[in-house]
Amino acid sequence: MKTDQQIAPPDSSPGADLEFDVEKIREDFPILKQKIYGKPLVYLDNAATTQKPQVVMDTIHHYYVTDNANIHRGVHCLSQRATEAYEQARVKVQRFIHAAESREIIFVRSATEAINLVAQTYGRKQVQAGDEVIVSAMEHHSNIVPWQMLCEEKGATLRVIPMNDEGELLLDEYEKLLNPRTRLVAVVHISNALGTINPIQEIIERAHQQDIPVLVDGAQAAPHFEVDVQALDCDFYAVTGHKLYGPTGVGILYGKADLLDSMPPFQGGGEMIRSVTFEKTTYNVLPHKFEAGTPNIVGGIGLGAAVDYVSEVGWKNIAAQERELLLYATQQLSALSGLRIIGTAKEKASILSFVIEGVHAHDVGTILDQEGIAVRTGHHCAQPVMDRFQIPATARASFAFYNTREEIDVLVKGIQRVIEVFK
Amino acid sequence: MSDEVSHLNDLYEEVILDHCKNPRNFKALPEANRKAEGYNPLCGDKVTVYLKLEDEVVQDISFEGIGCAISTAAASLMTETLKGKNLTEVETLFQGFHDLVTGKGGETSQMGKLMVFHGVSEFPVRVKCATLVWHTLQAALQQTQEPATTE
Ligand SMILES: Cc1ncc(COP(=O)(O)O)c(C=O)c1O
Repeated sequence: MKTDQQIAPPDSSPGADLEFDVEKIREDFPILKQKIYGKPLVYLDNAATTQKPQVVMDTIHHYYVTDNANIHRGVHCLSQRATEAYEQARVKVQRFIHAAESREIIFVRSATEAINLVAQTYGRKQVQAGDEVIVSAMEHHSNIVPWQMLCEEKGATLRVIPMNDEGELLLDEYEKLLNPRTRLVAVVHISNALGTINPIQEIIERAHQQDIPVLVDGAQAAPHFEVDVQALDCDFYAVTGHKLYGPTGVGILYGKADLLDSMPPFQGGGEMIRSVTFEKTTYNVLPHKFEAGTPNIVGGIGLGAAVDYVSEVGWKNIAAQERELLLYATQQLSALSGLRIIGTAKEKASILSFVIEGVHAHDVGTILDQEGIAVRTGHHCAQPVMDRFQIPATARASFAFYNTREEIDVLVKGIQRVIEVFK
Repeated sequence: MSDEVSHLNDLYEEVILDHCKNPRNFKALPEANRKAEGYNPLCGDKVTVYLKLEDEVVQDISFEGIGCAISTAAASLMTETLKGKNLTEVETLFQGFHDLVTGKGGETSQMGKLMVFHGVSEFPVRVKCATLVWHTLQAALQQTQEPATTE
């Protein structure tokens, strides 16, 4: 396979990233080499989960072969090594999202758990009857249901920022929703169903003008561009490891230290305590206060390797390659008659949802699968988005920097087959 | 033609495509005395089955809803097949259909047009699409209040 490499990084300032060769990058992802039903795998389901580079798998393997022990409790050598590797991973993630301190990085199971943690601790303490929580019309279920559960428990109200037909949030309407009863704004950075990149900075600023904290669901954003939680000034930021080239079962909650300090603990157990008697328990300091029990040690270490890998590939390269793929795919798919792209915001990440007239997404998925193409079909855990566009489901192709123009050509041929079968 | 293409043709048989594009008995049934809704959370398929049952015989049956080609054709062909059948025959056909799409073999002599769904067994993730409307029918027969799901 040969790939056009005329795309220069938009800004090749000194110290720019090394030259990008997609074929070389693909060597780092052994899974991509396989055939599906005799055809080369075309993996375009990166918004569901990304593939893992060899270095992440090697790191995990190495940990179990040489360092495995429980952390934070042993004086022995292996425990010290394991603890060090785990805490180093925390620092790697801290730098990756530009947090001020590593104790602001809480290891969790996933973005879902990060959001539930905030709802169950900050939310349960701060939200009372008559209060309001704001989410947006394009949230993943994981940033709707925890707030709905909280609002139900407390007698609070969930408010929803509406969006237009392009899939862009209506900021004027958002402004009107903010009021003295608003306790929290919880908004997605990049929509997994539409690809929209929300103007998150502005959303945060407007909330902060009224002293309302903001949680950002960054599950889809962290893999696509450099996130700087200090520049954004967000109060909480949720990341999931497996969409960021890391292993499953690990994610991150970033929270501002003073906020995290003021929150009650999430789960009770070992590690999160300072001292326990039957009369009273005092809690450990950050981040351990929120990490009860033995964590996913190898997951954290694997995620550390993943963020190092992403940094090495370089944000400029990633942005250039993914923008090229999105533009090319948008152009090619738009040219197919009967195909409609769902989510046409001005600011988009490399996620392309579409419907084909007269064909259900599920049938699209089955036919593409027979061509070796992996796309996601369904409601993408965003049923309110489907309702907003009055469709039952979409097919979604989502691109990572290891995808190529040739793979998009295969996708287009596959879609042409779909149209042929159903014509 | 490659193997994959022929698999696909097994799944998307002409009859299935025809019933998907022009579903039969696709309407509400005002005289219905049984009705149930079904939902497949995997792909968002929704179906409502209307049934007019008298003396244990399906006098009339229809459906409404949105779904993929397989679930729409399954609903269309089910309604076509079941009109005039008694409850014992309905039960036999349901069992036979289930065995067919899950690749269990079994008795197929009574299946008639429903045999076009034999290709589904090659596509395990699509089995629920084919069986949703049948589960919904069962819910209608039992008149359960909960929507039927394939889960
Ligand atoms: C926008 C968004 N938020 C949250 C999540 C939940 O991530 P996880 O299932 O890893 O917790 C996803 C995953 O699909 C997502 O796309």
